[in-house]
Amino acid sequence: MLWETVRLAFTAIIRNALRSFLTVLGVVIGVAAVIAMVTVGQGSSEQVSSNVESLGTNVLVLRSGARMMGPGTRDTAPAFKLADVEALRELTVLSAVAPVVSASETAVYGNTNRSTSITGTTSDYLEIGGWEIARGRGFTTLEDKSGANVCIIGETVRTSLFGATDSTGETIRVKAISCEVIGLLTAKGAGSFGQDQDDIIIMPVRTVQRRLIGDQDVASVSMQLASGVSTDRGISEIETLMRERRRIEIGEEDDFSVTDMKEIASMLNSVNSVLTGLLSSVAAVSLLVGGIGIMNIMLVSVTERTREIGIRLAVGAQAGQVLMQFLVEAVVLSVIGGVIGILTGLGLAYVAARIMVIPFAPNASVVLLAFVFSAVVGVIFGYFPARAAARLDPIEALRHQ
Amino acid sequence: MTAPLIELRGITRTYGEGEAMVRALDGVDLIIREGEFVAIMGPSGSGKSTAMNIIGCLDRPSGGHYLFNGVEVATLDQDQRALLRRNYLGFVFQGFNLLARTTALENVELPLIYKGQPRAEREVRAREALNRVGLEGREHHHPSQLSGGQQQRVAIARALAGEPMVMLADEPTGNLDTTRSREIMELLRRLNREEGLTIVMVTHEEDMAAFASRLVVFTDGRVVRDEPVTEGAA
Ligand SMILES: Nc1ncnc2c1ncn2[C@@H]1O[C@H](COP(=O)(O)OP(=O)(O)OP(=O)(O)O)[C@@H](O)[C@H]1O
Ligand SMILES: [Mg+2]
Repeated sequence: MLWETVRLAFTAIIRNALRSFLTVLGVVIGVAAVIAMVTVGQGSSEQVSSNVESLGTNVLVLRSGARMMGPGTRDTAPAFKLADVEALRELTVLSAVAPVVSASETAVYGNTNRSTSITGTTSDYLEIGGWEIARGRGFTTLEDKSGANVCIIGETVRTSLFGATDSTGETIRVKAISCEVIGLLTAKGAGSFGQDQDDIIIMPVRTVQRRLIGDQDVASVSMQLASGVSTDRGISEIETLMRERRRIEIGEEDDFSVTDMKEIASMLNSVNSVLTGLLSSVAAVSLLVGGIGIMNIMLVSVTERTREIGIRLAVGAQAGQVLMQFLVEAVVLSVIGGVIGILTGLGLAYVAARIMVIPFAPNASVVLLAFVFSAVVGVIFGYFPARAAARLDPIEALRHQ
Repeated sequence: MTAPLIELRGITRTYGEGEAMVRALDGVDLIIREGEFVAIMGPSGSGKSTAMNIIGCLDRPSGGHYLFNGVEVATLDQDQRALLRRNYLGFVFQGFNLLARTTALENVELPLIYKGQPRAEREVRAREALNRVGLEGREHHHPSQLSGGQQQRVAIARALAGEPMVMLADEPTGNLDTTRSREIMELLRRLNREEGLTIVMVTHEEDMAAFASRLVVFTDGRVVRDEPVTEGAA
């Protein structure tokens, strides 16, 4: 009899093709949306944490101005000078110290050009940022200090200016500077905010100060903690030194800030959790929409189903047999919808991950959750109206309008 | 004389409450024995269908006693009544009540599914029943593709297919022309005489009632006449 019931359920599914299709669609929408959204959210989280790891946890950044995250930090605090950098170098808690001066300029080679970001710094910068030289060489100590017309370029810049030819030894022009390309950086790919890290030209700090910007200011200082030194100790030594150099009285606020990469990491994480939250709410809404869809279909068809139940009861079916048929029908539709939904959701998430260049991170518990939710909705709205009908006297069910 | 198969004692059925209360059946006493062919007549609204539904265990009376084969039906639970319908009763509805989007054959097979018959046997029997009512060649038509009379014959075939002990037919020829009606009545009379099928049939036509062996007339929810049909009328 069980087999017969399953057969009856399948017959009913085929016979009510439209109703079955819409029910399956409801389940598919809910399940696919949840899986796609959550998988994408998960992927971007993974991306963020791997970026955070690559940032290095022992890196500190010193900036002028009071502590504040994001733009709008501009105030009257004086900029740093190279002398400050030299003073920081004396600290034993730091293993590398690099001034950073940035500008946005157009680099020209022959008749091709590319607008990119120019970073003026020293060799230490490569070490702190984890950059490797793919070809050529880094700055010599003399070049670090002198302001020679040399530069190291990122892979993106190389591709766009030189195409297939080798760049080393060639001369590019940035504004008034003609500089020799002495090295090529190993490609790093997309950064924490999706920016292209390889779209960069690195020059000695003095070259940029003198020839591009025209002042002696250092915008920020990147530093690496010596091994075994705690972040707190490093920060406190830097703060003490800078307060002294900038003559800040006891009780006065710092007019500079030292940022730990952990803070940047936590900011990235909080941005990411907002994103994940947003995706999750979209997913929840889709789940609800799917659920309401299923509910509507079931309620609309309740009259027809009640009459069908009346007929079956009249020819001798027991309530349990009829209910089993409807239960099997609901389960089968939910399972079909669930499987299609899972595949669709994972497919969408995969495509999205490829486009957004984030890891594809499917999560079994989310898949299960979405599936169970839809199945429950399907079964509840498929089963309970049927149960109400099956409890009636056959004639009542047949009279149902 | 055989023991009563169907025994109604003081059966009442009311609809609604208070002012709006309708007494569809108002104390019906009726005994039907195995092998009888009973025609029920009476004006519209006199309670014929209501009585048939109660006899068919599709509905329950508001009062009185209904004994089927000596068993008080009121003491049976829902599932037991379902078994009674399944194993002993075949019902032809005034309004057919066929499953939509389902072929004639499958409609006729329906009671056999619940009887637990294997598929192959079901199909053979359902075809046989359809042939009996003159619907060969229409096995795979859906109710919506059949005329009213054809649908009615599918409903009759469905009731016959289960080989019930009692056939309850509520105006089984209401949608048929005289020739078809007579064919169906001949069939019922043959089943009654040759196979001992007990038949209770509601009809509005004297001609059809003449095929029966006994005539019961309802008026206002009561039995007002109960007499044998004079042989040779049909
Ligand atoms: N579900 C119901 N709710 C309320 N009243 C009902 C219901 N079913 C039947 N009735 C009433 O019960 C009475 C008997 O109805 P029933 O259907 O038994 O008549 P009938 O003799 O079969 O008539 P017809 O020859 O027209 O089929 C009628 O007055 C009818 O209005
Ligand atoms: Mg009637």
